[in-house]
Amino acid sequence: MEKGFIVGQTITSSGTFPVVSTLWSNHDRWNTIKVRWSIGRMRYTVEPGIYGVGTPDENSRVFVTANFKLSFDHLRRALNGINAWILVLNTRGINVWCAAGKGTFGTKELVKRIRAHKLENVVSHRKLIVPQFGAVGVAAHEVKKLTGFSVIYGPVLARDIKPFLDAGMKATQEMRRVEFPLKERMKLIPVEIMNGGYWALLVPLAFFIISGLQSMDYSIGRAVSKGSIAVINLFAAYLSGCALTPILLPWIPFRRFALKGLVTGLGISAILFFTGFLGCTVPENISWLLMLAAISSFMAMNFTGTSTFTSLSGVQKEMKLALPLQIIAAGLGLIGWIVTRFI
Amino acid sequence: MIMNGLVYLTDVVTLELDKEKCNGCGMCMIVCPHAVFEIENRKALIRNKNLCMECGACEKNCPEEAIHVRSGVGCAAGIINGLLRGTEPTCDCSGPGSNCC
Ligand code: SF4
Ligand code: SF4
Repeated sequence: MEKGFIVGQTITSSGTFPVVSTLWSNHDRWNTIKVRWSIGRMRYTVEPGIYGVGTPDENSRVFVTANFKLSFDHLRRALNGINAWILVLNTRGINVWCAAGKGTFGTKELVKRIRAHKLENVVSHRKLIVPQFGAVGVAAHEVKKLTGFSVIYGPVLARDIKPFLDAGMKATQEMRRVEFPLKERMKLIPVEIMNGGYWALLVPLAFFIISGLQSMDYSIGRAVSKGSIAVINLFAAYLSGCALTPILLPWIPFRRFALKGLVTGLGISAILFFTGFLGCTVPENISWLLMLAAISSFMAMNFTGTSTFTSLSGVQKEMKLALPLQIIAAGLGLIGWIVTRFI
Repeated sequence: MIMNGLVYLTDVVTLELDKEKCNGCGMCMIVCPHAVFEIENRKALIRNKNLCMECGACEKNCPEEAIHVRSGVGCAAGIINGLLRGTEPTCDCSGPGSNCC
């Protein structure tokens, strides 16, 4: 559990609470990068409870967040120069958006925290500022009924908190809307790339080894020459689906993510073909095309999980058709490629 | 009206609004991340149904229970997860840095 951001403490009639810095240390920055790239798989959490920012008193506002350290860090940084309280819910180290979907960032946990820390004794007002994403799990009217605290939904992004406060706790349309701009998509690509985990290494390795095979004869030299081409083909298809497609998302035709991934996959295949990668013979080329198209399409379809505008009904609809086709294409391609090892 | 050109599949969204029950409080408009609702003559109205991502925030925060939507994770990995386990679509956000679902 991280502690380095605590810079002091504040004493209230309801107890002593830690005061946290509103600046990021190099340590915080480095950990943010590590988390984005899923390095170390550490649990990046803060202790649930009440924290102070600046010199908070009984009139200071209360901001609610998750105990995922990045959520907490973005909030405390956005509160620079403000005296406030932060109420951290126990979401088991998961960000507000995901935790609200699962219900861990929800009415029950919020009510429990308010009572556990006797928030009514810390502040004299009865208002909580909850990030708008939290509304998926929190029912404002129920919190009010159970605790007397009114939930005010803040802006989607922590950096809009100051303008939101300046406007008398009113979020503009823009602050309420979730956009999915290039910068946001870029930030999510590392996680997508790391999603393949060991598979993204084992599968190319298997291809590399099998590449040495030709008509019952095995040669290391062939494994190196053909195998490296196979590995490049595979990684190209993988990145086409989980990096290129997200980057180009709005500019690729079609609405279905699987089709978007197919378009980039075919584009990448064409580039590989004309630069001397892909295969040497026609059957090999066709096999690769099938596999590359399937991989790119599948990875792109997975980006629906990260995007912020795809509905469950929509994803189910596109998967019903796409998933079997992806499996068939990948299967045929794989069989074709293995057969070409023997002819 | 439609930002970024990012619209997902159309005519699949399960969102429904019962105008009779609506009291015009505007909560649905506040919590919706895709500006699906509008308030007109003290009643909510679905303006951009196709933009709905079925997150369920509006249903959760409607004090009159006037909204219904089959909410869940619009996430391919989550649906595959559900298929494999024989459960509802569920994402596996056990990774701490995970931005999934
Ligand atoms: S939250 Fe419910 S009652 Fe309030 S405006 Fe929306 S539909 Fe009507
Ligand atoms: S389910 Fe979510 S996206 Fe759809 S209308 Fe309700 S709040 Fe908006």
